[in-house]
Amino acid sequence: MCGAPEQGGGLAGVDLTTQTVIQGQVWHDGSPVAGAYVRLLDATDEFTAEVVTSPEGHFRFFAAPGDWTLRSLSPVGRAERSIAADVGLNETTLAIA
Amino acid sequence: MSRTDVLVTADWATEHLGQPGIVFVEVDEDTSAYDKGHIEGAVKLDWKTDLQDAESRDFVSREGFSALLSAKGISNDDTVVLYGGNNNWFAAYAYWYFKVYGHGDVKLIDGGRKKWELDSRPLSADVVERPATSYAAGEPDASIRAFRDEVVDAIGTKNLVDVRSPDEFAGKLTAPAHLPQEGAQRAGHIPTAVNVPWSKAANEDGTFKSDDELAKLYADAGLDTSKDTIAYCRIGERSSHTWFVLRELLGHENVKNYDGSWTEYGSLVGVPIAKGA
Repeated sequence: MCGAPEQGGGLAGVDLTTQTVIQGQVWHDGSPVAGAYVRLLDATDEFTAEVVTSPEGHFRFFAAPGDWTLRSLSPVGRAERSIAADVGLNETTLAIA
Repeated sequence: MSRTDVLVTADWATEHLGQPGIVFVEVDEDTSAYDKGHIEGAVKLDWKTDLQDAESRDFVSREGFSALLSAKGISNDDTVVLYGGNNNWFAAYAYWYFKVYGHGDVKLIDGGRKKWELDSRPLSADVVERPATSYAAGEPDASIRAFRDEVVDAIGTKNLVDVRSPDEFAGKLTAPAHLPQEGAQRAGHIPTAVNVPWSKAANEDGTFKSDDELAKLYADAGLDTSKDTIAYCRIGERSSHTWFVLRELLGHENVKNYDGSWTEYGSLVGVPIAKGA
């Protein structure tokens, strides 16, 4: 399936010894942003995946070890940050200024 | 066929809401998005439960598709206007699917649900009921759908366009990165395929790039317009997006979508696989 699993759910059933999980929340003005579009770009800035944040602003990707960029789009603005991910859980926050 | 015959803007959609003879259809894998809010009057199609056979890995039958559209209140002569999430992946898949079953007038809303939301356009949670119709699907059009033997024969002879992300093409990932990494038995790509990720055909808001930009994209990738083309991805929905670009926007002839895609090819016994960029 290509539809994303529910964002912000627990990690039960996810094998963190093999999967490289990048997850976090989108924030703006002191609150999480629901319904933001978050995309994962690879080290060459190429689109790899995109999800829509949960009501609590959560997003999650299953990537591979390496350098990635996260970029969020929403009606309230955009945010971007880079992350170096390893196998296991990699958590970050995207703050829309 | 020109761009305006097959692609409409969100403004066009807003102006044509509720107009007789036009049916808006949201297509997603996860229909909870539709249930929370959809374009006013739009009916929903579930990519999996409505459009995939429950037992065999295939489309629903011609009779099944006829019954589905009849129940949704769609007539053969209606203009079907499709949109959805995931940058219109599943809406593009449905567009291709409606064309396989011979529907006449089908359009996509440029940018789909994402552009609609980023524009803060209104969504409705009202239940949509349309009176049932007697829809008659056509004989499946095999000229736009590729099957595995044809794909194996196309190695080195036809254009094979792999529209997955570079890491999937190279064999580093076996699924898009919002999903657990599983799927096909082997990672990599079909030998002689060129990698033109579907996303290169779209702007960040999900709208399609201009015809000039699109023509340059595939020319630069080395697509030989004198040859037939087969597009594939992992399960055939992202490649529907590219099929739409090549055939419906750029007017290439003889473009097929291989919906078996990598989940089938990467699990076949005895076929060649290439790795790396």
